[in-house]
Amino acid sequence: MEYSTKVEMTLDLIESHGLTPQEYQQIKKRLGREPNLTELGIFSVMWSEHCSYKSSRSHLKKLPTEGPSVIQGPGENAGVIDIGDGSAAVFKIESHNHPSFIEPYEGAATGVGGIIRDIFTMGARPIALLNSLHFGPLEEASNQLILEGVVAGIAGYGNCIGIPTVGGEIHFQEAYSHNPLVNVFCLGIAPADEIFLARASGNGNSLIYVGAKTGRDGIHGVTMASEEFREDSESKRPNVQVGDPFLEKLLLEACLEAMQTGAVVGIQDMGGAGLTCSTCEMGSRGEAGVAIELARVPQREEKMSPYEIMLSESQERMLLVVEKGRQEEVLQLFRKWDLDAVVIGEVCEGRNLTVYEDGHKIAEIPNSALDDEAPVYNRPARKPHYLDQLQGWQDLDFPEPSDYNALLLEMAGTPQLCSRRWVYQQYDHMVRTNTAILPGSDGAVLRLKGSAGGLAVSLDGNSRFSYLDPRMGAMLAVAESCRNVVCCGARPLGATNCLNFGSPENPEVMWQFIQTVEGIARACEVFSTPVTGGNVSFYNETNGTAILPTPVLGIVGKIDDLQKRRESYFKNPGDQVYLLGETREELGGSVYLEHLGLPLCGPCPAIDLAQEKALQEGLLALIDQGLIESAHDVSEGGLVLALAECCFARKCGLQIEASTALRPDHYLYSETPSRIVVSVKKEGEAKFLEGVSGLSVSKLGEVVDQGFQISVNEQTLISIPIESIFQVWNNSLEEVFER
Amino acid sequence: MKFGVVVFPGSNCDHDTYHVLKSVLGQETVFLWHQDSDLQDVDTVIIPGGFSYGDYLRSGAIAKFSPVLESVRRHAQEGKLVVGICNGFQILQEAGLLPGVMLRNAGLKFVCRHIYLLTESNQTFFTAACQKGQVLKIPIAHNDGNFFISPEELAELEENRQILFRYSDAQGNVTPAANPNGSLNNIAGVTNRSGNVLGLMPHPERASESLLGSQDGRFIFQSLINGVQH
Amino acid sequence: MKAKVIVRLKDGVLDPQGQTIQRSLNKMGHEVTGLRQGKYFEIEFDDLQDESAVRKQVEEIAQDVLCNPIIETFEIEDIS
Repeated sequence: MEYSTKVEMTLDLIESHGLTPQEYQQIKKRLGREPNLTELGIFSVMWSEHCSYKSSRSHLKKLPTEGPSVIQGPGENAGVIDIGDGSAAVFKIESHNHPSFIEPYEGAATGVGGIIRDIFTMGARPIALLNSLHFGPLEEASNQLILEGVVAGIAGYGNCIGIPTVGGEIHFQEAYSHNPLVNVFCLGIAPADEIFLARASGNGNSLIYVGAKTGRDGIHGVTMASEEFREDSESKRPNVQVGDPFLEKLLLEACLEAMQTGAVVGIQDMGGAGLTCSTCEMGSRGEAGVAIELARVPQREEKMSPYEIMLSESQERMLLVVEKGRQEEVLQLFRKWDLDAVVIGEVCEGRNLTVYEDGHKIAEIPNSALDDEAPVYNRPARKPHYLDQLQGWQDLDFPEPSDYNALLLEMAGTPQLCSRRWVYQQYDHMVRTNTAILPGSDGAVLRLKGSAGGLAVSLDGNSRFSYLDPRMGAMLAVAESCRNVVCCGARPLGATNCLNFGSPENPEVMWQFIQTVEGIARACEVFSTPVTGGNVSFYNETNGTAILPTPVLGIVGKIDDLQKRRESYFKNPGDQVYLLGETREELGGSVYLEHLGLPLCGPCPAIDLAQEKALQEGLLALIDQGLIESAHDVSEGGLVLALAECCFARKCGLQIEASTALRPDHYLYSETPSRIVVSVKKEGEAKFLEGVSGLSVSKLGEVVDQGFQISVNEQTLISIPIESIFQVWNNSLEEVFER
Repeated sequence: MKFGVVVFPGSNCDHDTYHVLKSVLGQETVFLWHQDSDLQDVDTVIIPGGFSYGDYLRSGAIAKFSPVLESVRRHAQEGKLVVGICNGFQILQEAGLLPGVMLRNAGLKFVCRHIYLLTESNQTFFTAACQKGQVLKIPIAHNDGNFFISPEELAELEENRQILFRYSDAQGNVTPAANPNGSLNNIAGVTNRSGNVLGLMPHPERASESLLGSQDGRFIFQSLINGVQH
Repeated sequence: MKAKVIVRLKDGVLDPQGQTIQRSLNKMGHEVTGLRQGKYFEIEFDDLQDESAVRKQVEEIAQDVLCNPIIETFEIEDIS
């Protein structure tokens, strides 16, 4: 047979598998012999950056991963935290950046499919999806096409499978023009004592393959995700997998049902690196041997070689370890759901992954060589030479705007700040009837049926800040995500992160990465939000240009009584408006400076984590006492955009009289963190002021029937009907795409 | 009142509908599996939203051949009540139990949002609990909800008063601006000629609890419950 | 044996997808004056079957399943 002919291990062949000569020597050492082609392929995917985390592993250890509510930390398919009442929240974020650039629709869709499988693999029913998207500027038609495709892909998959897409974020920056970021997050719910793990154990137990047939899709997709893009990436198109949400719906229902039988010992999805990854990881974690027969693997195409079968990334496939003697029961159940399921192997003695084809052994590798013992690199890191200059250079002496009304209308209509309605309306964000706070608020809130409580989730990151100061940017991202969850009335419980960077082989990128991880670690400790898992995506570069360092934080929080959940928008005229927190002159990395066409430079806003923590605790206490009508985080676009956003949902007006020592436009558009706009009932004002003691608080004004009016230092700068701002803000994105 | 909620493998609003009927409204409710033909003596069959069998060909195109639908057809012929919501509406159209067909939304995009519905009549099994001309706030969530039918048949529908719900603004004005998907005559819900089968694109089960921003969907379920109890 | 079937929208039925593609083509500078989108199916049968029997079966499949007669028509392009 052609693949059993001995293939010579040339340097070219090794390099084309993304392995260095040194790594190849290590492979030989572990095996005690030369690998054959199939084995080389197996090593290449398992030792790729994407699977092995070889550049990031040593640094990720700095993240806090333990806490009273953590049931499962990093290392499994998803993190798990205890949310009380015998329930657990299961969640994780993943990137699907490279596939989404090559084929936006399928790339994004299969990203969603993959993260959903990660969640139900743990025995949880997925209840919500969120996403963090970064694109190049919409002025370029190619970026519009990518955004349109990505959004359609997310919608196509999530809507069909019936899991609501309830929130997320979208950012635009030139650096993402040829390297968009598609980070997808999924949240599920499981009984706290019925979490399933991806482990193979129990000699003689069966390995059951269920789901789509294996084709030649995405062979070497994982190694693709570990290489930067070059001009010839177009030719990689055939590698992209195609998703089938309907099939995944069947898998989801059938697997959850199978787990109820008690016959399932372990379960793992076949995502990146497919059958290879699922078999050796389960074996390694379960400290057992795994033997599979490829002739039994359902195949969609003819004459597939073992190499192709082992490395295929066909979507919607799962691998289960089922108790000996109970295979038929499980196979029967899958048949009820019209799913292809077959026993392809078993758990065995030893610690090897052994692959047979028609009874002939064609690969044998110690599981641990592929998993735990994969190479780890402490790559050199160096602070970028431009950074000091960049942070030190800021000229805020540009002329003060002559027309604050016009400026506000322009800002409200920029793609960075305008409403995401055009996007989230394409997502079914209500299916499953748990969405208690709809998209457009600070965080998404999901009720937990059968309980009075719910969960709040937010995804956040600001790569402009991370570019100026990666450590501070990371802390700001954690703080903002927690703040958004707190604004909904929820207490943050756990975190997940997706770290998107350029090439780790570039010491400056590595430095950004290390700074980011340290920043996240510090902030997550302060906010008591252990990191339960996540994903690192390196090599986000095109033709040698890296993206901005982009950490995306996902925070999950708990609300005990959903009646106490808070939306971001003002409720009733007559309510009093306060700002919690102080406004400093912090314009580095702000949307305002970007809008003025000024370069991305200057110090990024600074955060005092202790102060932020006190602010969040203070707000939670006030919400708990029923003293807060609405709470909205002040972030991109500064105070004035936050205030305008508070008015849109109920078309309220606003009368603000502020005073500041800063130049008014700096005051209005500064992006100082740790600020929250709250509204309180007039009759509750005294109690609110009592409760707020210890926090920095200033009165801004009052919610009125109509008109958006802002005076700074007794000078009226903005006076404009709310409807005018709303129209621009609400329709801006739609106009880009529907014109 | 006993309700049956049909479950196709790709149904995704089955549990939502069941939850409202059973837990919110306290009605006896059972799931009806697509491969079963026994309707378990239910009074009303509800075909919920979702993607029946993936709907890669056309929404509902394969579902019409399922065993459960044969029984639903008989149930309807006996004059008993059938409601198709969203994908359920499309299935009933494909099966010939309701008129018209759904084209891709005029905007070519999936649309999920709250809309307003004008109730054309409260003299039906499905709207008896509504006020005359009541405006209901209920969400839609679909890709193919653009109701299409020949001009002759459309005239017939209007004449027979088979159009039960139209997309409107909050005040009940049926305007082009209030039409979210390009449906002819703003049609959001129609009945069959004998008035015992209803199809509607909006999701009343998503608007039956205050927590979810509207409870107007309850008027439709309550009408069904009242109808049988009288 | 393979049957090739085309399903197309009837004349007069609105085709928003086709219209959108046409608009895009016009924007790109292609002078396209009309475009309608349809569906194409390849259906395989055992080679031993009789062609007229296959044709009958394909007609039935196209009529009952592949097209919705309210808005669509079909055409068997080829059986061989």
